[in-house]
Amino acid sequence: MTVTAVRKDPQALTMILEAEFEATAERVWQLWADPRQLERWWGPPTYPATFTKHELAPGSRVEYHMTGPAGDQPKGYWDVLETDAPHRLVFRDGFANDDGTPNDEFPRAEARVTIEDLGGGRTRMSIQHTFPSAEAMEQVLAMGMEEGLTQAVGQIDAILAEGVARSA
Amino acid sequence: MQIAPPDFDRMFGALADRTRRDIVRRAIDGEEGVAELAGHYPMSFAAVQKHVAILERAGLVTKVRSGRRKVVRTNLEALRVARRLLDQYEELWRGRVDRMTALVTGSKEADR
Repeated sequence: MTVTAVRKDPQALTMILEAEFEATAERVWQLWADPRQLERWWGPPTYPATFTKHELAPGSRVEYHMTGPAGDQPKGYWDVLETDAPHRLVFRDGFANDDGTPNDEFPRAEARVTIEDLGGGRTRMSIQHTFPSAEAMEQVLAMGMEEGLTQAVGQIDAILAEGVARSA
Repeated sequence: MQIAPPDFDRMFGALADRTRRDIVRRAIDGEEGVAELAGHYPMSFAAVQKHVAILERAGLVTKVRSGRRKVVRTNLEALRVARRLLDQYEELWRGRVDRMTALVTGSKEADR
């Protein structure tokens, strides 16, 4: 159990999740900074993600798509707002059209990732997610991503385990 | 008495006010009318009536007939829907954190 706290504020449309890892801040940062590692956890096992453009610098746009069981490929992007490796990453997370342009019909949530060394080889990561409106949140959830969730939660997929062995 | 489809912006907007949250809580029993509810707050009947109207439009409470009176009753289903939204988002991130953990920690899982 690595998730140590979850705070939800329905009025502020904010959710804060904290997790601790037995790893250095630099190692946890790599999960975000290395697109090949990011691909191993961003999408649920049923919707693996592929990052086609990835540079964590303020003002840059990260692009990815997911691949569903029926071959469907929903696209998404992040607009990077702030970076301070290996401690902070702030981005807006949105959906994109088939040609990769931002889909403005779908709202964007802001994610603020904070990574801090706790000493003794432990690191705390907190993610604060803020939605512009409740409707925005509903739309994001309605994208069908939650269908893969039940399978994803608590499940360590064989491919991911392989990745552990490779990256160890 | 189901109100569909839920308007989430309105719902969360309505819940953003402390008095309205309190009204929602009291109206779970569904025994008081607007006049009785107004007695709990240091504000005018009209002000409370306005709060109830906002909650009604958001689908969070309904006025129902109870004998000869009209009482305000909380729509529990609507409250559950609001809560569920945040729960789903939590699940998404818990799944991600589990996978991140698998990547940064030992190779125990890899042996399976």
